Amino acid sequence: MTVRPGQQKNMESLAREFGLSADEYKLALGILGREPNVTELGIFSVMWSEHCSYKSSKKWLRTLPTTAPWVVCGPGENAGVIDIGDGMVAIFKMESHNHPSFIEPYQGAATGVGGILRDVFTMGARPIANLNSLRFGDPKHPKTRTLVAGVVGGIGGYGNCVGVPTVGGECTFHARYNGNILVNAMTVGLAAKDRVFYARAAGIGNPVVYVGSKTGRDGIHGATMASAVFGAEVEAKRPTVQVGDPFTEKLLIEACLELMATDAIVSIQDMGAAGLTSSSFEMAGKGGLGIEINLDKVPQREQGMSAYEIMLSESQERMLMVLKQGREAEAQRIFDKWELDFAVIGTLTDTGRLVLRQGGQVAADMPVAPLSEQMPEYARPWVPLPARPTVAAASVPAPKDYAIALKTLIGCPDLASKRWIYEQYDHMVMGDTLQRPGGDAAVVRIHGSDRALAMTTDCTPRYCDADPRTGGAQAVAEVWRNITCVGARPLAITDCMNFGNPERPEIMGQFVGCIEGMSEACKALDFPVVSGNVSLYNDTGTTGVQPTPSIGGVGILDNLRTFQSVGLKKAGNVLVLVGATRGHLGASLYLREIQSREDGAPPPVDLAAERRNGDFVRHRITAGKVQACHDCSDGGLYVAVAEMAMATGLGAALTLPAGDVPLHAFLFGEDQARYVLEMAEADAATLLSQAKAEGVPAARIGAISGAELTVNGAWPISVSELRATNEAWLPAYMSGKA
Amino acid sequence: MKSAVIVFPGSNCDRDVAVALARISGSKPAMVWHGDKTIPKVDLIVLPGGFSYGDYLRSGAMAAHSPVMTEVAARAKRGVPVLGICNGFQILTEAGLLPGALMRNAGLHFVCRDVALKVESTESMFTRRYSQGQIVRIPVAHADGNYRADAKTLDRLEGKGLVALRYCGSDGTVSEKDSPNGSARNIAGIFNDKRTVMGLMPHPERVIEPLLGGSDGRPFFEGIAEALAA
Repeated sequence: MTVRPGQQKNMESLAREFGLSADEYKLALGILGREPNVTELGIFSVMWSEHCSYKSSKKWLRTLPTTAPWVVCGPGENAGVIDIGDGMVAIFKMESHNHPSFIEPYQGAATGVGGILRDVFTMGARPIANLNSLRFGDPKHPKTRTLVAGVVGGIGGYGNCVGVPTVGGECTFHARYNGNILVNAMTVGLAAKDRVFYARAAGIGNPVVYVGSKTGRDGIHGATMASAVFGAEVEAKRPTVQVGDPFTEKLLIEACLELMATDAIVSIQDMGAAGLTSSSFEMAGKGGLGIEINLDKVPQREQGMSAYEIMLSESQERMLMVLKQGREAEAQRIFDKWELDFAVIGTLTDTGRLVLRQGGQVAADMPVAPLSEQMPEYARPWVPLPARPTVAAASVPAPKDYAIALKTLIGCPDLASKRWIYEQYDHMVMGDTLQRPGGDAAVVRIHGSDRALAMTTDCTPRYCDADPRTGGAQAVAEVWRNITCVGARPLAITDCMNFGNPERPEIMGQFVGCIEGMSEACKALDFPVVSGNVSLYNDTGTTGVQPTPSIGGVGILDNLRTFQSVGLKKAGNVLVLVGATRGHLGASLYLREIQSREDGAPPPVDLAAERRNGDFVRHRITAGKVQACHDCSDGGLYVAVAEMAMATGLGAALTLPAGDVPLHAFLFGEDQARYVLEMAEADAATLLSQAKAEGVPAARIGAISGAELTVNGAWPISVSELRATNEAWLPAYMSGKA
Repeated sequence: MKSAVIVFPGSNCDRDVAVALARISGSKPAMVWHGDKTIPKVDLIVLPGGFSYGDYLRSGAMAAHSPVMTEVAARAKRGVPVLGICNGFQILTEAGLLPGALMRNAGLHFVCRDVALKVESTESMFTRRYSQGQIVRIPVAHADGNYRADAKTLDRLEGKGLVALRYCGSDGTVSEKDSPNGSARNIAGIFNDKRTVMGLMPHPERVIEPLLGGSDGRPFFEGIAEALAA
């Protein structure tokens, strides 16, 4: 899709090429009162792309709970802002870079990290942590290995250079992602509560300033590309992928934070998807103002760029800001010091119109407010998915050898150690990483204090695929639980909704179901959504990804000395299981990896039990009575205990309470709201009586001893053998040996 | 003790090392911008880790030509101690203040993890608080840490006891498999002839308290503070 100035083309057919429907084009004609030129048409098409407009999802996103006393700013700004006490706020968001990462994995993933970092420091926060959530196709698919290598390289290449630690994440594999991988990146930053910056422009006559890298011809129509299904010509879309420069980003962070320490900035907005177009509309629109830009003043990397190209370029590491009049020289000195471009490119006006000039000519003249006010919004038809039958534990065969089944599980691609990935990320820079990758949640100290933030990303797509509503609730509950496991108080989430083509009612059904489940969980757990992103059209042909509402959560540790980790600490201590075990095997990893079945309803999510059990556990951790803590998730109790053992090398003897639940269902069932705690014998006794009094199911399930894992005295397996199995798969796979 | 940390565009461990110096020596270092031609009168100059100039061209190559480096070299020549950590080590070799070069890791990937190191020489202000042959755990985080020099230079470094640290196994055996980057003779850190300039790839500033996963980096800064306080 190349358009050159002066090129004659039928606008209506061009509109279709740009992804606007016939009705949308008609709407654009009405707003403009005439036929648009190519630049204007380009602006309409990116502003109204699914990626920028949320036109299929908005109706449902509005139903998510977004408020709490500690929420300073919810969805709608560059990132969400929450009050974490002591005059400080945490600013965070997660965003997808799925389509570009499939086309060009290194640059796609790298610029995903760059984009989310900018969303956070645009608001005045110093980024302190990066996380990610990655979904790849079947390891046997010919493209998977290259995609993993490229994406991991890109995330590391960008984050390491910028000097923000990549502290956590997840990475799983499934054939449904063969044609569409998911790359979701999250950044968390810290700012003083009274120094948060917003996008709303103000002050007629104030200068509009461009800073950062020059504008080139990369990423043109990236937002449109990310709003369409992949066809056979996916390779040809490479020019729509941007190229990242983390060195410039690092300079941009420092320069912006230096300028933000003054009071020269009125408003600031990064140039992300749809570049200069969306940033200028965003700022002017929120301020109810007009904006006039002289495109000749925009720093350009190449000669002869058309207005269309400048406005639609998604060149990276660029920011737009409105300064107070007369503060330009002071701001310029800072950007000169950091050797970044700085240009006054326009002014705020009272016309309510965006006017672009180039070479003395008007290149575009369009009203600002109607583009967002009359933005198309669709109530797409949707159908609920038929409920899947529950799988009775008794109908699922038990393994012949439990230890071998355990080894199979902890060695499978989803559970295998992701060391090969996280050792390529600098996870310690900034000197405050308390919990390195491998724990339930990453824990990063608030610099110079004795408090810390806990952060995690989670989602179980196979549950969402089996039952979107339960899966949506489970994703939120698991994030809440993982933050609880380190002893922190969960505060708020960001979501990254990855789905297929919303024009298919069954895909919309998945979306609606997940949103409903998430809403319920957010309400029940006091865990509001403060920012997010939607990525639709993750399909190739008619195959879509598993519904994947990735959830990123943030919590606070008021005293970092109470923080708890997963590793077993001391022989002689006992293990306590908190939460009810019913042996739910439907949609479990055991069913998939051992029985080669992916059927069944997912484990039910009882949000009242989640809350009760989690609060109970957190109070015991805060009181210093717990010496290790891990939740039961993929693979169930047996895998949870194995992970606790592998973390430090100590073994455990499990002695499971007799009951109605068959042993294999007890060990591998994925019942929710469960935690395994390591405690001193005396503390465990106290806890069990407290649990009884508070109506929390809890039972002693074993003790820590030796260097092997046993179940009811049988199936001994050494922890070192488990570790070797757990560490083996990914490096072997990446070197082509598995 | 007065110290200065040089900040290059793209440095990202400047704050970390400043925190370690301040906490352990009790005195806050001066942060000196790379474009400055002068450095305050200090007892120690530190080139921090990071990606100066994005590691474009070669790690450390452009920073070695920063305006401030002329003064760093002059001070080093006068015997002012200079410490280069990670990217700082790369800059020191590029500036000719230490011999050899840091090439792309043998495994071709960036590596961030704790490594075991053997202290080969305690005869320096940087390593005096360790014991000879002590095994310490300190993290590395780099893509270009593969130390290379010609055989003659390596022999000379070893002969004169100028190898400060080597990558090793947890039992202290030195073998190639315990090197995170393929360095010649497992070299992780070296001194200049007068032992006043040191470059090392590991990050001692990242392990100065148990909360951060270890405190084996603490004696490094304690030694410096002790030597310079005297």
